[in-house]
Amino acid sequence: MPSLNSTFAGIKSPNPFWLASAPPTDKEYNVSRAFEAGWGGVVWKTLGLDPHIVNVNGPRYGAVWGPDRSLMGLNNIELITDRPLGVNLKEIKSVKRNYPDRAVVVSLMVPCDEASWQGILPQVEETNADGVELNFGCPHGMSERGMGSAVGQVPDYIEMVTRWVKSNTRMPVIVKLTPNITDIRYPARAAKKGGADAVSLINTVSSITSVNLDTFSPEPSIDGKGTHGGYCGPAVKPIALNMVAEIARDAETSDLPISGIGGISTWRDATEFLLLGAGNVQVCTAAMAYGFRIVSELQSGLLEWMNDKRFESVTDYRGLAVSNVTDWQNLNLNFVTKARIDQDLCIKCGRCFAVCEDTSHQAIVINSGRTFEVIDEECVACNLCVNVCPVEGCITMEQLKPGMVDKRTGQTVDENPLNWTQHPNNVLACTTD
Amino acid sequence: MGNSVYSPGTLPARLTPHEYEVNFSDINPGLSLHEAMVEADRCYFCYDAPCVTACPTGIDIPLFIRQISTGTPRAAAKTIFDSNILGGMCARSCPTENLCEGACVREVAESEPVEIGRLQRFATDTLMDENIHPYKRAHETGKIIAVIGSGPAGLACSHRLAMHGHNVEIFEEKPFLGGLNQTGIATYKTVNDFAQQEVEWLLKIGGIKFQLNKTVKDLEDLHKLTQDYDAVFVGAGLGDVNRLNIGSDKFQEAVTFIEELRLASDYGNIPIGRNVVVIGGGMTAIDAGVQSKLLGSENVTIAYRRSRSEMGASEHEINLALKNGVKLLTNAVPLGMSGDGTDEKLILGRTEIIGGKIQQIEDTIELPVDQVFMAIGQKLEFGPGSLAIDAGKIVVDSHGRTSVPGIWAGGDCTNLGEDLTVTAVAQGRDAAEDIHRHLSK
Repeated sequence: MPSLNSTFAGIKSPNPFWLASAPPTDKEYNVSRAFEAGWGGVVWKTLGLDPHIVNVNGPRYGAVWGPDRSLMGLNNIELITDRPLGVNLKEIKSVKRNYPDRAVVVSLMVPCDEASWQGILPQVEETNADGVELNFGCPHGMSERGMGSAVGQVPDYIEMVTRWVKSNTRMPVIVKLTPNITDIRYPARAAKKGGADAVSLINTVSSITSVNLDTFSPEPSIDGKGTHGGYCGPAVKPIALNMVAEIARDAETSDLPISGIGGISTWRDATEFLLLGAGNVQVCTAAMAYGFRIVSELQSGLLEWMNDKRFESVTDYRGLAVSNVTDWQNLNLNFVTKARIDQDLCIKCGRCFAVCEDTSHQAIVINSGRTFEVIDEECVACNLCVNVCPVEGCITMEQLKPGMVDKRTGQTVDENPLNWTQHPNNVLACTTD
Repeated sequence: MGNSVYSPGTLPARLTPHEYEVNFSDINPGLSLHEAMVEADRCYFCYDAPCVTACPTGIDIPLFIRQISTGTPRAAAKTIFDSNILGGMCARSCPTENLCEGACVREVAESEPVEIGRLQRFATDTLMDENIHPYKRAHETGKIIAVIGSGPAGLACSHRLAMHGHNVEIFEEKPFLGGLNQTGIATYKTVNDFAQQEVEWLLKIGGIKFQLNKTVKDLEDLHKLTQDYDAVFVGAGLGDVNRLNIGSDKFQEAVTFIEELRLASDYGNIPIGRNVVVIGGGMTAIDAGVQSKLLGSENVTIAYRRSRSEMGASEHEINLALKNGVKLLTNAVPLGMSGDGTDEKLILGRTEIIGGKIQQIEDTIELPVDQVFMAIGQKLEFGPGSLAIDAGKIVVDSHGRTSVPGIWAGGDCTNLGEDLTVTAVAQGRDAAEDIHRHLSK
């Protein structure tokens, strides 16, 4: 039987599923319920200095919905905890005492001076928490006050503050990164230089989810005005996966533990993060959409997959996909596929035809009886038909084996790979002769 | 004590007022906003969608559903009315399982089509409940067209002609407008006098006058009309019915019964037999059978001379009848009556279909009967003289042109009629477009 036991940055937990620092982890009551439900760990909602901050008293969340009003994206303008520091510390200590096998990491955000950090760290240590996470990611409100993503967007600050923290605590230090930057590798490198034990990412993406067409106010609207909030949920997963992979395959940070965050809703999402190099994962929006019970599916799904793949522990497959992430220029241009439509599965909606005809390569024909067929002479294998087809598995990409002729180009498929660096059209191509 | 389901003979008031109210309430109530949004989500927005092809009026169904899903049901209604001005009635009465919903790709995929009919009703009800008529007339052309009959074909034709700026004069035999929309659709499909509301709403376009109780039956009348009007459209329907050659006062026409129900102010006043037999296999037979049951008849049997698979009624309608406790007796043809008074029986002969033809075999069935409804087809009442007729119906081409220049026809009275509201609407509309082209030359 495989084991879900996890050790991340020296912190042990019975499974790699942690709740991210967010509303679900703001109180002992919630965190206890999460642990009862089976979550492996939590990152406690970010603590700050007293006097505690205040939140808006109107709506804090905005949303983007998919079909059947499923929550695809959630945005928030909530700040860090709005409870006194002492209350939170007392509850953290209590939770850790009641659930010693679970990971309890404390998220922190204090002003950008060493004294503030020197002040708060001993108080956190006193709770017996397992580690701290530095919130350099929050993109709204706190950033206006020189904290959160205002620090995370300047690599030098990240390095400086991380160093302060490392030199003032024995606890493992996780640096949480903001995606609101141009290249995630720079803040990750800075965290490592500052001595971070790990990074976690992504924090939320700066966003406006919608504008009210009657009041002309962004949503969520506070007395007719709105502000950019932090966007999360399934919609941001692709952004997060890419950033995790970028750090995992960067030579300078490839050995830096990563806690993967961003739109993880199912065991499949979580497993993708682990394969791209994350040591564990943090979840928030899915729990906020469905409650804590989803952790049962996360655990059972991952266990079943591990069992099928004959993996014994989480470390057996961590990062297995990293080496398959490469630069475009290294992709094999002699790999040729064509779309294939399974007529038995086709329900004849014609969406593949509409999108190919209107927006792509006119590579699908409607035959009599409303059957749809790919024209190999035109198909560039773009995958759009696969992506719009409502029936999973109905349209697939079939590889042309070496020796077969690509009817579009008239060329025989070469068994030897050829990438852009070797391509004759590339004036900068490396030649061997 | 009043009458009950078991009281012998043909009697009114077998049920309580509350039971009548429940039995004749809306069989398929409108969708709530939430239901409509959930259902609209299911539409795939197909290319060259099969549902559109299957709709005789060619409503752009994926577009109107997308308009519902983006919160603009009024725009959705406009999309529907652009093709089918009686989209409200069609949403209630169309056999969608044979048309749009039967063709829906989700029927193929999951055996659960998008509920197009109910979504259509959601959209059209939204606009009509606000009493908005979304069309304006073009500049007056000074032309005037005579329309004979105010059923779906006549109304659709009139509205489209009025939109193009022509004047219309409708001649209606009955004391009210609407034709079969008013009298021929089962009550539980069109509650709250929807047919009349729809007519009133349609007439808001302006330019349409009408004469009630005005019969145009013969060639002489028609010739006069062609002289006095710029064009004539015949949407007279099938005013007469086929009858069985069995002499009994228990026999009644199903269409009359259905009309009586539609116009009734109190269902308790309508006498219904304890034992009812409906002869026929089409939608009319189902409507008469189900409504007999709803009026409190104990035993209702639909007797059809061929097999179940040959019945004209859709599977959905047949199931509706069975669900309501109506019995089906197939391969049985009525031969005559025996006994008398409350002890009378209908004698039916067993049939076999051999080489497509009905052959009676040596086997008879006797059913106790208080009332027999004949639903064995309708026929043209209108005596059209020189108009070409085929199989008892006016011959028209795809534009609705008859054999006589200046006279167009559409709906059930024509050889292209299909005994469907939606088909009649399409033919009325298309004839109007052809008349407009003709008059614009």
